[in-house]
Amino acid sequence: MVITEKEKAEMLSQLAATNVSHCIQCGRCSANCPVAWKMDVLPHRMVYALLNGEADTLLEANSPWKCLSCFACAQRCPKGVSPAAIMEAVRLTAIRSQGGNKLNPNELENYNDKLPQQALVAAFRKYNK
Amino acid sequence: MQKIGVFVCWCGSNIAGTVDVAAVVEAVKKIPDVAYAVDYKYMCSEEGQKLIKDAVVEYGLDRLVVCSCSPRMHEATFRKCAESIGINPYMVEIANIREQCSWVLKDVAVATEKAIQLAKAAIAKVRFNDPLHPGQSQVVKRALVIGGGIAGIQTALDIADAGYKVDILEKEPTIGGKMAQIDKTFPTLDCSACILTPKMVDAACHENITIHTYSELEAVSGYVGNFDVTIRKKARSVKAEICSGCGICTEKCPARKTPSEFDEGLRNRGAIYIPFAQAIPKVPVIDREACLKFKTGKCGVCSIVCPNKAIDYTQEDELITEKYGAIVLATGFELIDLDKYGELGYGRSKNVITSMQLERLTNAAGPTEGHLVCPATGKEPKSVVIVSCVGSRDTTERGKTYCSKVCCMYNAKHAMYIREKYPNVDVTVFYIDVRTPGKGFDEFQRRAVEEYGVHYVRGQVGKVLSDKDGNLTVFASDLNSGKHLMLNPDLVVLACAVKPAKDARKLASMLTASIDTNDFYVEAHPKLRPVESPTAGIFLSGMCQGPKDIPETVSQAGAAAAKVIGLLAKDKLMTNPCTAKCNEKICSGCLTCTKVCPYGAISGVEKEVITLNGTREKRVVAVVNEALCQGCGACTVACPSASMDLQGFTNKQILAEVDALC
Amino acid sequence: MIYNYYPGCTLSTKAKELDEAARKCAEALGFPLVELPEWQCCGAVYPMASDAIAERLSAVRALAAARENGGVLVTLCSACHHVIKRVNYDMANNKDIQQRVNNYLGLEVPYTGETKVLHYLEVLRDVVGFDNLKAKVVKPLQGRQIGAYYGCLLLRPGQVMSFDDVERPEILENFIKAIGATPVIYDMRNECCAGYMAVTDKSICKQMVGEIQDSAANAGAGEFITACPLCAYNLLENAGATKLPVSYFTEVLAEALGLNEGGAD
Repeated sequence: MVITEKEKAEMLSQLAATNVSHCIQCGRCSANCPVAWKMDVLPHRMVYALLNGEADTLLEANSPWKCLSCFACAQRCPKGVSPAAIMEAVRLTAIRSQGGNKLNPNELENYNDKLPQQALVAAFRKYNK
Repeated sequence: MQKIGVFVCWCGSNIAGTVDVAAVVEAVKKIPDVAYAVDYKYMCSEEGQKLIKDAVVEYGLDRLVVCSCSPRMHEATFRKCAESIGINPYMVEIANIREQCSWVLKDVAVATEKAIQLAKAAIAKVRFNDPLHPGQSQVVKRALVIGGGIAGIQTALDIADAGYKVDILEKEPTIGGKMAQIDKTFPTLDCSACILTPKMVDAACHENITIHTYSELEAVSGYVGNFDVTIRKKARSVKAEICSGCGICTEKCPARKTPSEFDEGLRNRGAIYIPFAQAIPKVPVIDREACLKFKTGKCGVCSIVCPNKAIDYTQEDELITEKYGAIVLATGFELIDLDKYGELGYGRSKNVITSMQLERLTNAAGPTEGHLVCPATGKEPKSVVIVSCVGSRDTTERGKTYCSKVCCMYNAKHAMYIREKYPNVDVTVFYIDVRTPGKGFDEFQRRAVEEYGVHYVRGQVGKVLSDKDGNLTVFASDLNSGKHLMLNPDLVVLACAVKPAKDARKLASMLTASIDTNDFYVEAHPKLRPVESPTAGIFLSGMCQGPKDIPETVSQAGAAAAKVIGLLAKDKLMTNPCTAKCNEKICSGCLTCTKVCPYGAISGVEKEVITLNGTREKRVVAVVNEALCQGCGACTVACPSASMDLQGFTNKQILAEVDALC
Repeated sequence: MIYNYYPGCTLSTKAKELDEAARKCAEALGFPLVELPEWQCCGAVYPMASDAIAERLSAVRALAAARENGGVLVTLCSACHHVIKRVNYDMANNKDIQQRVNNYLGLEVPYTGETKVLHYLEVLRDVVGFDNLKAKVVKPLQGRQIGAYYGCLLLRPGQVMSFDDVERPEILENFIKAIGATPVIYDMRNECCAGYMAVTDKSICKQMVGEIQDSAANAGAGEFITACPLCAYNLLENAGATKLPVSYFTEVLAEALGLNEGGAD
């Protein structure tokens, strides 16, 4: 049985548990995102894609892997939508599938021994299952 | 034996589409005392009413039940119909089988059953109806308008022109309101002061208008046609009758640290001040919080320099009482506080301003004499960013859920002001939607783009950064191109949401006028009674009822005036006979009712009464003033001896209805 | 009142200074910290997904343990505080999560968000009081221009963290005033340091830390204080030309209280 794009979007929607129908596409999330300059699909477009059932757009975007979960988007959204939660839903959907891990412990960027545990735990939580 | 007629309306398919009206007729026919029952397509039509009248004659009916729409719609119609055929209008009951039945139910069997139940309840009630007779009350031929902005001024002028006395109550030292602060008005770009000040002068000179500035509502009692109002005229500390308005006191005042309200804090004013040159009355006022004489006892410069010896530090607030037939609320609006929008930099950088501050910066009478400069640096800007919807359409705790309606148009206006006068200044407007319904409005906004070269970017502004030299960095999104932007404008203008004046809530409770969750006054009906409050005798004008621009405000002001004139033109008002009535035989004189009555309509009176035993005795009993009673029923619930009853809704009637349903 | 204390993984290793100074100062200020006996790593990031139950368990274990011992849990690291406070909010307000977590844990009494989670700074502000703190300062840090760096996790989302004004916080500035130094307000103080990008994309850290460092330096700050080990790391290790020194707020607190003199430090 093949899962349709719409069904995939529905699953993402359930995971994200944020009410995208409230979005008025004002773009304040994208304006406030500190990594928007690194993203191929801006946060407001991620929200619209979910509303529009475009699961493939969401799953193919690099944006979730650049997102910092800093919650500036959700905090300043005038409608209480959380683009950060959509980023998380996409990340989880990707890393929960077979071979979906994004971070190879052996290929980490060089880091010095001052790097706090917190950073490693966070990164592995965000990029690997 | 009673003879009850039941008339079941189809309301086209509104009722008949869901309720089997014939079945309702058949069911009620079986009820004792129902002498006649019939259904008809439109009972409110002339034909329908004729059907009722003919039935009354033919079957000798003495009380009627109409199963139709809400009594708010046609109760009056059917009461008049009954009266025309000689039946007391209060012998009519309405069973609402539309709003409370056919419109909310889908299943025909269920809806029909409910309609029958509702009809039975109304029949049970009507058995106990007594003929009631409305009283009459006088109408005081004078109106009070609260608020002296364009809404209040226009309402007052229209009422005064019709020949009635009007008082304007304004809390600020001058009338004029927000419109006096505005530079130009859309969509014609004519000077705001040039069209407002003649109206201010008209109001001041009108023989029927009295203006109370620097005054507030102290107390209100009474009812439609007969309001008793106490006004607090705050002490100006200046004798208005001998002040010539020369203004020398305002120039010489040494205490100049208070931000000018009129100039939106862009310059300071003295402790004694006249808000602006065309103020009415042109009499200064001393701000006692800021005045050195009041704070330290020293100074007194204004008193020394005044050529007319008009300064009076001992002046006290004055209380005036007046009677009014009608009260108009025209309390206007203010801008929301931007404290919660810290990321936009307002308050952190002086170069981030509100739209109202921009009005003052471009106004020739403003703090810069109309030269547009960045407040932090005093230099002309090279580029300006305007941000729409700051706090509007925002359902979080920091914003307002509604569209403020006027911002899209004034943003276009502001962009044009700037481009017209400074063609080298780059102007970018960030917007979510451009909303320009209105005559000539969209054309106006397009001119900003097409003729004035204003950049409109669909997107919003995020964080606004400022450095110690006053330079700004703005992060924004351009949704059409999908780009994340970083701009360095010299000036950022925030088009922030409007909200009702902060005393709206307090006034609403004093006048028992309803307000919504945003503190806008609620109209009696959003479509059919848009300028009346649900409280009789209270009318609404301008922004206090909801966001609107000047043309709409003036139209509404005229409409409110027409309603007031209609009321004042009556010599007498019929009062609602459905008032509380005390059964003095069983009233114990505890007077609990007087404590719960919101209208002060009940008092304890010592009188001779006949007791249940038939003896006469002198004691205190509750007496209802029918003119003041609004029929709310609070006393009937509070009365421990059940001696209070509400005529038209007696305990007996209500219980009969309940019994019929259970 | 018992101040149950959740140090978190980083404070036991790479950010020992933050932890040690905090315990010392708490003792001196009359609210000794009682470390929870068997705490586990909070997971470092708040699990946003609606079905993330396992990821919430360690926070709930800590919360439930604190409930059994007086009902107050003090945290210090911004990330731990963020995760534990938000999970606590979920346990109190999200029936689905509440039920599924309790089904798994099988506690004697189901946990429904009873514990009060306090950040160490909140204890200083609301229990000790900044005025009292000021009175206990023996070595005021006069002349030091300190930029408070809040980062993102301590404040957001405002509705849940209810720590301070999200956009214009003042708790750290008031703290700086209490210890005798001068707070420097700069616009980037509540923007993210790029967090875990330190592991995956340093270019983002460098850009964002550069903006934060420049913003603080331009406003006249001579140093940063922060409550978060990862913020401290990024601010120093990923700084560009501008590189203001960084310390934990508990370190400057210990300094002002005179707890560093003649001690092991």
